[in-house]
Amino acid sequence: MPKPNVEKNIMYKLSFAIMGLYHVIHGQVMKGLLFFLLEILVIFFMGTAGVQNLLGLNHLGTEQQGWIFDKELGIERLVQGDNSMLLLIYGIVALITIIVFICFFISYIRSMKSLSQLVLKQQPIPNLKEDLRSLLDSRFHITLLSIPGIGVLLFTIMPLVYMISIAFTSFDHTNLPPKNLFTWVGFKNFENILTGRMSETFLPVLTWTIVWAVLATLTCFIFGILLAMFIQKKTIRWKKLYRSVFVLTIAVPQFVSLLIMRNLFHTSGPVNEWLLNIGLIHSPIPFLIDPLLAKVFVILINMWIGIPVYMLIATGVIMNLPEDQIEAARIDGASVFQIFKKITMPTLIFVMTPNLIQQFIGNINNFNVIYLLTDGGPANSNYYGAGSTDLLVTWLYKLTVEKADYNLASVIGILTFVLSATFSMIMYTRSKAFKSEGEF
Amino acid sequence: MQKGKGIVGQVILSLIALLWLFPIIWIVLTSFREEGGRFVSYIFPKTYTLNNYKYLFTNDNYPFLQWFLNTLFVSIATCILSTIITVSMAYTLSRLRFKFRKKILKIALVLNMFPGFMSMIAIYYILKSMDLTQSLWALTFVYSSGAALSFYIAKGFFDTIPHSVDESAMIDGATKFNIFTRITLPLSKPIIVYTILMSFTGPWMDFIFAKVIMGDNIEKYTVAIGLYSMMTRSSSNSNYMAFAAGCVLIALPISILFMKLQQYYVEGITSGSVKG
Repeated sequence: MPKPNVEKNIMYKLSFAIMGLYHVIHGQVMKGLLFFLLEILVIFFMGTAGVQNLLGLNHLGTEQQGWIFDKELGIERLVQGDNSMLLLIYGIVALITIIVFICFFISYIRSMKSLSQLVLKQQPIPNLKEDLRSLLDSRFHITLLSIPGIGVLLFTIMPLVYMISIAFTSFDHTNLPPKNLFTWVGFKNFENILTGRMSETFLPVLTWTIVWAVLATLTCFIFGILLAMFIQKKTIRWKKLYRSVFVLTIAVPQFVSLLIMRNLFHTSGPVNEWLLNIGLIHSPIPFLIDPLLAKVFVILINMWIGIPVYMLIATGVIMNLPEDQIEAARIDGASVFQIFKKITMPTLIFVMTPNLIQQFIGNINNFNVIYLLTDGGPANSNYYGAGSTDLLVTWLYKLTVEKADYNLASVIGILTFVLSATFSMIMYTRSKAFKSEGEF
Repeated sequence: MQKGKGIVGQVILSLIALLWLFPIIWIVLTSFREEGGRFVSYIFPKTYTLNNYKYLFTNDNYPFLQWFLNTLFVSIATCILSTIITVSMAYTLSRLRFKFRKKILKIALVLNMFPGFMSMIAIYYILKSMDLTQSLWALTFVYSSGAALSFYIAKGFFDTIPHSVDESAMIDGATKFNIFTRITLPLSKPIIVYTILMSFTGPWMDFIFAKVIMGDNIEKYTVAIGLYSMMTRSSSNSNYMAFAAGCVLIALPISILFMKLQQYYVEGITSGSVKG
């Protein structure tokens, strides 16, 4: 069917400037008025604040706060300067408003086109009620996505754009608004962290983050599966009771169990007391104080938290294994180990790979375990603002909360993102390859 | 022979279970202990008491009851909001076909990989500009908006419902809204329970976002930051038993909830992987 041309009269063209005009003429009064109202609002915003905000985004403030001699009063008076941080936020709000409006304008033009086609073909034009009804049917996705969309825009995208921008500024403890201004510095912060003075902290912390993520994920995964299979053994009684014991430890809030652990393993804590009393050691072991021991014990304590989770998942998978397949293998003379290697393990890996990737990314960003157990400590004098067990995320946290080096923290955040994204890309493509191989 | 092996296994497993149970037993016993401070070298208290629990509800410095009610409010509101958000996101991106579907899926995946703490400070300023800091609603909004991006597990579940169900309903003249409310939702009980469980327990455990948003307004604290603040102050030694009592009080309801609904937890975690 040939596409009918769009009705391109003067009214249609005028509607590009005066939004909603075309809709009003053709009977969609309410819709047209809404478009018009929106246009007025955006123009009003741009006229009163938007343009100013965009200009502010460019220079991030020119007037520094300072003391100026007031001739009338005869004393020095504090003059409020520009606040770079607020200028940055307002600028980003204006920028996002414009982008959202452009998207809206495109969909407006689309709506106009389809309306003019209806007019040309002399088909009935949907009234407001029918338009609204389509939001529950053919355009149901718009209805469902609108509220989450606003939430994500407000609480995820906007803060993220702001923080990413900060990575390219000089917003650190020497340039804190409102007292001082900060400006755009390009990739200087990235250079500082990757190759400059900060790399002496960044590279060891990065290495430890990766080592931690790999070990924390693998230990819990392997021992979780072993535990699940151990409980599943025919000779073990009270299976349900044992499982409940381990599930109970998942249910206890992490900050409770971690703070207890921190207390138990304190240098003057109960564990050391007991070991001293038995006579196994003669001086308390610095579990969470010695750099190397702290790393080992963070991983060990994390096993206490992680193993039950994997045990629970693996139990679910093992229970649903094809019973007849295993029986057939056993009759054919396969050993327990062979059955495990050829049937149990592949199924477990297949079902748990996505979860494993998630856990790995989660461990790269595992704030709770480190922060609650060691607080990143013991302090390391070779590092800037970080301790020996600090991960990238806890270092990021310390840089913002303790050091007020927001630009460095943002760079760390971006680099952590790059790290997570790279790893999950590699693993997703690999697991896909693994899956398609299995189909032969 | 077989019997002997069984007993060895049984003993080993009991020891492992005891190792896992120990910190929990320890905190429960500590919460009933009358004497001593943070570090004692024995497991069973010399004198048992209920005073630690009493202290939580009667002292002036740490309004535990207020914290408890705050957390309850935030977690119920979060639970309702984020369940609606998660389910509608997951349903839309799994069952409906529209132009930007694939793009939205990719954007969500990318956004999810930025560390949450990175934007914490910015969120604080946005909330401040809306005059929402130090309010329980602010916390609710922050927790719920996180739900919009963690829909992947629920989406994996919706992917497994056969499309032919939708199609036959559509032939019978059902709108997409009807299909969503009458067919898909009733079929999705496991994943809805999972989402409710996760979003309800979240506010009881988070203490970082809550701390940044609430600052020093101790009246608006949730249980987690409240208890954490009890342990970081200089008085942590004398507060330790009360802290333990508080831990028991919040761990108890969450544990019961979790034990009751653990079947949904497993289904939730594994359902996302059926279709990768």
